[in-house]
Amino acid sequence: MKFTLSWLKDHLDTDEPLEKLADKLTMIGLEVEHIEDKSKTFAPFTIARVVSAVQHPNADRLRVCMVDTGETSDKGEPAYIQVVCGAPNARDGLISVFAPPGTHIPGKNITLSVGTIRGVESRGMLCSAAELEISNDHDGIIELPADAPVGVGYAEWAGLGDPVIEINLTPNRQDCTGVHGIARDLSAADMGRFKDPTIKPVIGEFPCPVKVTVEDASLCPGFALRMVRGVKNGPSPEWLQKRLTSIGLRPINALVDITNFMTYDRARPLHVFDAKKVHGDLTIRRARDGETLKALDGRIYTLDPNVCVIADDKGVESLAGIMGGEETGCDETTTDVLIESALWSEINIAQTGRRLGINSDARYRFERGVDPAFMVPGLEMATQLVMKLCGGTPSENVVAGQALPEDRVIDFPLSEIKRLAAIDVSLVEVRRILGHLGFMVAGSGPVVKVAVPTWRTDVQGKADLVEEIVRIVGVDKVPMTPFDRGEAPRKPVLTPIQSRTRKARRALAARGMVEAVNWSFIARTQAELFGGGSSELALANPIASDLSDMRPSLLPGLVAIAQANADRGFADVALFEVGQIFRGDGPQDQFMAAAGLRRGIASSAGLGRHWSGSATVNALDAKADAFAVLAAAGAPVAALQIATSDESKNFPAWLHPGRSAAIQIGPHNVLGYFGELHPRVLDELKAEGPLLGFEVILDRIPEAKQKPTRAKPVLELPAFQPVSRDFAFIVDRAVKAADIVRAAQNVDRKLVSGVTVFDIYEGKGIDADKKSVAIAVRLQPRDRTFTDQEIDAVAGKIVAEVAKRTGGSLRG
Amino acid sequence: MSDLDALQSKILADIANASDEAALEAVRVAALGKKGSISALLSTLGKMSPDERKTEGAKINLAKDTVTRALAARREVLKALALDARLASETIDVTLPLRETPAEAGRIHPLSQVWDEVTTIFADMGFAVAEGPDIETDDYNFTRLNFPEGHPAREMHDTFYFNPKDDGSRLLLRTHTSPVQVRTMLSQQPPIRVICPGRTYRSDSDQTHTPMFHQVEGLVIDKSSHLGHLKWILHEFCKAFFEVDNVNMRFRPSFFPFTEPSLEVDIQCRCDKNEIRFGEGEDWLEILGCGMVHPNVLKLCGIDPEVYQGFAWGMGIDRIAMLKYGIADLRQLFEGDVRWLTHYGFKPLEIPTLAGGLSS
Repeated sequence: MKFTLSWLKDHLDTDEPLEKLADKLTMIGLEVEHIEDKSKTFAPFTIARVVSAVQHPNADRLRVCMVDTGETSDKGEPAYIQVVCGAPNARDGLISVFAPPGTHIPGKNITLSVGTIRGVESRGMLCSAAELEISNDHDGIIELPADAPVGVGYAEWAGLGDPVIEINLTPNRQDCTGVHGIARDLSAADMGRFKDPTIKPVIGEFPCPVKVTVEDASLCPGFALRMVRGVKNGPSPEWLQKRLTSIGLRPINALVDITNFMTYDRARPLHVFDAKKVHGDLTIRRARDGETLKALDGRIYTLDPNVCVIADDKGVESLAGIMGGEETGCDETTTDVLIESALWSEINIAQTGRRLGINSDARYRFERGVDPAFMVPGLEMATQLVMKLCGGTPSENVVAGQALPEDRVIDFPLSEIKRLAAIDVSLVEVRRILGHLGFMVAGSGPVVKVAVPTWRTDVQGKADLVEEIVRIVGVDKVPMTPFDRGEAPRKPVLTPIQSRTRKARRALAARGMVEAVNWSFIARTQAELFGGGSSELALANPIASDLSDMRPSLLPGLVAIAQANADRGFADVALFEVGQIFRGDGPQDQFMAAAGLRRGIASSAGLGRHWSGSATVNALDAKADAFAVLAAAGAPVAALQIATSDESKNFPAWLHPGRSAAIQIGPHNVLGYFGELHPRVLDELKAEGPLLGFEVILDRIPEAKQKPTRAKPVLELPAFQPVSRDFAFIVDRAVKAADIVRAAQNVDRKLVSGVTVFDIYEGKGIDADKKSVAIAVRLQPRDRTFTDQEIDAVAGKIVAEVAKRTGGSLRG
Repeated sequence: MSDLDALQSKILADIANASDEAALEAVRVAALGKKGSISALLSTLGKMSPDERKTEGAKINLAKDTVTRALAARREVLKALALDARLASETIDVTLPLRETPAEAGRIHPLSQVWDEVTTIFADMGFAVAEGPDIETDDYNFTRLNFPEGHPAREMHDTFYFNPKDDGSRLLLRTHTSPVQVRTMLSQQPPIRVICPGRTYRSDSDQTHTPMFHQVEGLVIDKSSHLGHLKWILHEFCKAFFEVDNVNMRFRPSFFPFTEPSLEVDIQCRCDKNEIRFGEGEDWLEILGCGMVHPNVLKLCGIDPEVYQGFAWGMGIDRIAMLKYGIADLRQLFEGDVRWLTHYGFKPLEIPTLAGGLSS
């Protein structure tokens, strides 16, 4: 909402300076977004006379002008200033606008300095309207009337100094879509006296010849119409044109300008029809399917029954409350005008405007709701303006529908102000504030009756009245009051999943990985590759085609940014994300996942080639990442099982089948997957591989049992030294190391306290289809030292068990 | 000079000349071994008379002791020389550059860090953390928050919708984390003190808007909490979060459908390039919206507004993160550029605590 200071003063008698008014507007809830004070920008520009303009000695198109700026020398003689000017209209005696050196020229965004142009000194500039950004006219320098006073500030003389105030209006303040309403608010806040003269009805001199039928009162609760016959339409007077241009509106003709003025002045959009172009009577109805209208914006709209229109015998003439039709618009030939002032369904206006893509000043107001009680007075005021500016004879009003809403009276306990806002406001003050805002207060407390004015449909209850009082008294008057945290015990406030999320992030970062935050939505093709892409997770209105589907996995996003980093020259990266993934549209289908991706030389030891080792990453790096997250997030690591692609049901297609696995606790609880991403998937994602990644679902980690005490279990330190024995087994290459480890462990879970794989060997000395797996088994005696025979016996059992489980034999 | 003296002198000379432990051992064996020269002399004692044995024995034993001591002394010297020689050969290039410790190289995203900071501050004030789904119903995202059907306030939220279901209903991506407040009120009796952090979505994309962003909202419902408490909490939060002694805050009346009265909050700051100083300067930067929970919202969430009251606020995590850490471009938060993440991210051991400081 835009208006100027002088416009505000039409409605508010005030001497307060602009800054104070602006601050007050912001502090009562009408946030000032911008003030354009042209009087400041234009301060250096003065009216000047070209005394002489002669041809520049060295340039055909330039003239050297001597300019009288009103300055005088010490002796009191005129001190002319020499200016080199390129304008074709620079001539002797012309009155124009002068800017001295040091002036900022807004239209060119330069600051003038004393210059020498083709050998002639120039001490300033004569300006075009475009250079001052007051119009697009850059054909020559500004030409002012001969009586314009030389030496006077141009903006002051031309009335350009009126500051333009733009407020960021909240959608509840329908009344402040007009300057009148803004002035009322300011007067309540002690910023001046509100000017609110009564609008006298204009007596009609003949019955309105056009009848009105409202077919659907739910779309049009009220409609008022009047004809003014014998008007003379043309350019509106200067004051009105200035009002409109000052806020960026284009003056068209007096009749149209009056409607625009009423829209901004009184939040009362109107429409004017050229009565001679209207055929028969007017009907307010739903449009019929396929009806079209060429609107005032020159565009043709195809309508349907959701659109409310004003039609005559010929067809649709206006999009009700949004925009008029071109055909019945008023122009210079108009002699009889129909003025319409109506009420429209806010929801229908909003929906229609949105669907047709029309953002008009009328829509802006009608969708917020206009003051129903002002429908007829608005028509009267417009009639007065039409008669004043265009003459003519008014008809009687035609009014259809119930214009006035029911009275709204709120029982308001004054204690409510203290209860919600912690300030004491006396009844006198309450009466004063609400009275200025147009409310009527009856009673002397403790509960008063407050009648709400018709222009404040946003005020519905006690809390709204508290807001009215608080915003006028000032929110700064509300005392900051320490908030006691109470006696609730200091317990952790994070839920288990929040805690896991937090730990997962730190654990992955501690492995040298860098956290990314990617969009929750990805391209459908990406979603499909990772098991998503179902229609229930597709957005109906995505912002871009590659952000169309909720992500089923964090990995596609990580793959994309890994590639983007590689494209920027960073080929070795270790990235992770901890965030939500979507397997369905219900709350139970959303999971918190942790995923990581390594590319190139990017082991947990570090990125890039290095003397200490430069191996490219492999699936076991991803496994290590996955286990680090699971351990940090509290998963029972010893209970985790690895299931390869052939052992696991529904194994994902995005993984390399031979270099990946599922991590699970039993076959039904798959916590996640790790491994090399499938080359075909990378192809589809246009990413170069190999890429090693993992994704685990933190929600799937079984919750640890709550312990009654924080004490750790008692530590048992055996008195006897452990013994370690090494075994090297020759097994088929397909045998899993984990099976060998498990076989050794299972020999005697009490005695065997640890099994480590310390060497894997394939190659010379071993059959091509075999490998050597060396394990170290640690035996922990409990009650006495082992004898050699006892150790040999356990070793024998280990060899036998490994042979039985894996077919392996001791390496000779 | 007796033969014995000559022998002793020779042996001592040999000891002195022994250049390593093996040579020294050879000297020892030659002198003191079974067939050694001194051992041979000792074996002659048996054939001597007692008197002779007494005098000669003493001499020979003295020579043996002298040789033994010399051997030991020389052995120490040689051992030291050998160690010196070994150490001299055992050098490595200690200037070889190290890999960065993973815990120094890894990074936490600034949004996650700020999430932790915010949680830490509010946990200290006695707030629990509530979360809810990103995919929400129209009812929870709008209707129960007092957004009338078709009201322009709904327009302020450029909502992402899913396709309509068979029954005509359609789900949406939450436009704020307020539906978590609704879920909290519906599932829990007052007193309520929660913060609701989470991802939110609006179909808006330009320099200062991304289609996905992050919010943290707060909700207090009890029988006495009022606007003064709200102002205090937010003031305390801003001081703690921005880690400054004072923040000048401006509370302006505003409008949200779910609060009444509604306020917007600006903080005073001075912005120079990427540096922001709080508590000075001319600029007022809007950082959050808040207000007393609207009686309609309480009613719609099963709480009696005549008995209970409270307040709520909401702020952008992205925005306060950018303000605090001088991040100029919102879009870069989501671009995954490792250079950016490494520069603006946090090390894993930089865990925000109140005792140790949020960011130091």
